[in-house]
Amino acid sequence: MKLIYYPGCTLKNQAKNFEESGLCALTKLGVEVQELERWNCCGTVFSLVTDDLIHHLAPIRVLIRTKEAPADSVMTMCAMCFNTLKRANERVRADQEALSTLNDLMYEEETKYQGDVEIYHLLEILKDKIGFETIKQKATHPLQGLKVASYYGCYLVRPREIGIDDPENPQILDELMASLGATVIDFPYKTECCGAYKTVDNPEIVAERTYQILNSARELGAEVVVVSCPLCAFNLDTRQKEALKLFPEFQTIPILYFTQLLALALNCPEEKIRLDLNYIDPKPILKSKALI
Amino acid sequence: MRINISRKNINDSFVAKIQELSGQNLLACYQCGKCSAGCPAVSDMDLLPNQIIRYAQLGLKEELLNSKSIWVCASCMTCNVRCPRGIKIAEVIEAIRQILLRKRKDHIDPERLPQDIRCQVPPIALISSFRKFTS
Ligand code: SF4
Ligand code: SF4
Repeated sequence: MKLIYYPGCTLKNQAKNFEESGLCALTKLGVEVQELERWNCCGTVFSLVTDDLIHHLAPIRVLIRTKEAPADSVMTMCAMCFNTLKRANERVRADQEALSTLNDLMYEEETKYQGDVEIYHLLEILKDKIGFETIKQKATHPLQGLKVASYYGCYLVRPREIGIDDPENPQILDELMASLGATVIDFPYKTECCGAYKTVDNPEIVAERTYQILNSARELGAEVVVVSCPLCAFNLDTRQKEALKLFPEFQTIPILYFTQLLALALNCPEEKIRLDLNYIDPKPILKSKALI
Repeated sequence: MRINISRKNINDSFVAKIQELSGQNLLACYQCGKCSAGCPAVSDMDLLPNQIIRYAQLGLKEELLNSKSIWVCASCMTCNVRCPRGIKIAEVIEAIRQILLRKRKDHIDPERLPQDIRCQVPPIALISSFRKFTS
């Protein structure tokens, strides 16, 4: 299988551990990955007002680049990129007039967009194209004894039309973790917003949410929490520092990208898993389970 | 708190603008409160999500434009997926933000952000906050 891959900005910056572990895992699974050429930032959020077409230009340009690859689908690992690309695509598919306005605005592009590209999140590739059963068989280093809570946040599962899973009770990350041999911990805050970009103008709100979300996971027995969004990762991981200041009794807990645990179970080398980039050090708990 | 309800406010172009920008029919809301019950941000809000919809129905322009809530909502979409009337509350809130931002009433000034925040947060945080809070 060959995939065209859209990284997005943060996987090339703070979330190198997300990108490198994900790419290594895909290689182990026999998938050939080619990074999209001349990609641009998707804009990170889907514009919610009806007349704001200009902000759909960036995600649609990414889809034009995909057509030029040439390919008819593109994969991304970042939950926010996935949401923005997919919603912009659905928006123009349902509105021919908007689509032709956008094509007009991008008149200098040689390729016209016609709603003819599919967007996949890596989790969909793992579940539907590769299959969790196959992954289970290939996981030579299962995560025996590791208690993992999966945090979905917002943009991977909402709104409903995103269609990756049930928006109220998603399971896809838990199913992946189970296929890797981990003990899955369900917890009620798994789809509660971490505060997202409020981390810029009001980190305190994010620190409070971080405390609430992670406390719930820990109380139910989780030893680590996995995420699929680099903004959730930044908030839940680094804002634990602020959470500790607000709530001195708070016990920190490592946050990992799901790809890091996938890569670990597939026996990718440590320099590709990049545990050194996680803020709360996950190595002690992984060592205690003899996983590294 | 005293609220003046008037035909003039209800028929004001402000209400029509919110409906147009959000693509929502405000009168579909029957005030069940489910949006507010599940909103993770209510503890930091002055107007709850269901109140925002009610105020918008009544055209209480100043109260909405001055409310803290519109800058606290992070468009997490929890309310949207739960509303029994299919109202997209997050879109209504975005419409109110947009009405202000289009007058260049920005909520944050990137140049005034503390140095440590600017250096520390990932691009995904900066870009999304500028998209949501600046014109
Ligand atoms: S959930 Fe929907 S119907 Fe109920 S109060 Fe909120 S907007 Fe109105
Ligand atoms: S979208 Fe905004 S109002 Fe709705 S639940 Fe999330 S934070 Fe609350």
